[in-house]
Amino acid sequence: MFGVIDKVGKVYQSSGKKTPMVAIEEVSCTIGNGEFMAFLGPSGCGKTTLLRIVAGLVSKTSGSVQIDGREVTGPRRDFGFVFQSLNLLPWRSVLDNVLFPMEILGQRDAAAVSRAQELLATVGLDGFVRSRPHELSGGMQQRVALCRALIHKPSLLLMDEPFGALDELTRMEMHDLLLAIRAATKTTILFVTHSVSEAIYLSDQVLVFSKRPARIVAELAIDLPYPRQADLRYTKEFTQLERRAGEALGILKCTSTT
Amino acid sequence: MHINNLKGYLYPIAGIVVLLFAWHFYVIEFDVPVVVLPTPGQVLEELVSRRAILLSEGWVTLKECVYGFALAFVVGVPLAVALATSRLLNQMFYPILIAMQSVPKIALAPIVLVWLGIGIESKLAIVWMVAFFPIVVDTAAGLRTTPREFIDLAQSLQATRFQLFIKIQFPAALPFVVSGSKVAITLAVIGAVIAEFVGSSAGLGNLLLVANSQLNTPLAFAALFALAALGIALYGAVVLAEHLLKPWLPADTGHNLSLD
Repeated sequence: MFGVIDKVGKVYQSSGKKTPMVAIEEVSCTIGNGEFMAFLGPSGCGKTTLLRIVAGLVSKTSGSVQIDGREVTGPRRDFGFVFQSLNLLPWRSVLDNVLFPMEILGQRDAAAVSRAQELLATVGLDGFVRSRPHELSGGMQQRVALCRALIHKPSLLLMDEPFGALDELTRMEMHDLLLAIRAATKTTILFVTHSVSEAIYLSDQVLVFSKRPARIVAELAIDLPYPRQADLRYTKEFTQLERRAGEALGILKCTSTT
Repeated sequence: MHINNLKGYLYPIAGIVVLLFAWHFYVIEFDVPVVVLPTPGQVLEELVSRRAILLSEGWVTLKECVYGFALAFVVGVPLAVALATSRLLNQMFYPILIAMQSVPKIALAPIVLVWLGIGIESKLAIVWMVAFFPIVVDTAAGLRTTPREFIDLAQSLQATRFQLFIKIQFPAALPFVVSGSKVAITLAVIGAVIAEFVGSSAGLGNLLLVANSQLNTPLAFAALFALAALGIALYGAVVLAEHLLKPWLPADTGHNLSLD
């Protein structure tokens, strides 16, 4: 197994309140090498916290996370992270944003620059290498962020609702782009989302989480064939999976009052 | 676009012309003595005929402003960096800094004069005092309000503290440094004039006092206009610096050259 999440729990002990807040309740799962796994759950359920624990950005209260045979104790340089917000550095050009991780790792050389240019070309931004982030649309910015997360060839790519701020059409474009990049790089991907169809369209495995505190309420193996294309969204198999995820989330009953 | 640009210049100029005419006709109509209020024409005459002394005195005031501002910048930015990077220093000195910012530093001018004399040293000290605080406080604010997601990005890559500072915090704070500098340069001119009022033998502030004591109101007004021009020019210089820095600044600052 590439990654093992074992009985991970997270409790926030806020000083003002007497009762501690349980964000995550004993979550266990395994991630195979090269697998695309989605954490699907309602907003604010703790799935992002779990992703950040895996990334080493947040400490866990209990349990263990092992990636590539090593316990995660803090951020690791073999991870790539795509954040929820468009957090490109506004004072850097597109190319310099993509090269940012290489600078931090002390590996910004000619090879890194040409790799950044190649990555930008694969996402269709070869004409924007010298542009500044504010000159790009939201979708283009998130493509740059994707290139930035991949520049140092991470073995695990962590994505925190990366397409949440994009419009529907752009998001669907990004899905196909991400699938293509994944096929090319064979990177293992952990993907947090609250979109049912996004989770199913992209993943090999979907973990459905409950409302806070986060527990796994269903594990869906998505055995839809690759390469996946947009018409897959309208097949019976796809909608059946959507229905199962919807049932696990409880949205097929009336729960919209929360 | 050209038409809009033209209009952008034309309307303010029209406003100035209207005011100058109102001023002129007020003086003529009510027969105001020249000691009380000269006409714009008389002031202009004075500006032209006394340009040599206005320039030489203006040069003195300009130097006081620029050197004082430069000192404030050179001391203020590193101090802000120290405050923002050391929790201990911050806890010790930041409250004092904020408290001192609210002291009317102009009130210290007579004391500074006693310490440093009527030469340029006392002027530099007073300009430094007024210009220093906005630079420190704004820079420190900029350094401590780095967007969380930028810090996350650096931490996810195990950036060192030095890398975090050089590559994230400092560039993210640059717009704050610029806005602090804009306030500081405006205050610097005020500081220089006040310092000259309190005690000096040169500068536009001194010229203004001398002209006043001789009841030479046209010359006082000419000095006032020269001071205004000086202030606008210095502010413009900071705005220009902001534009030259623009490639390094986030997009939401410095959109145009307006003097706002």
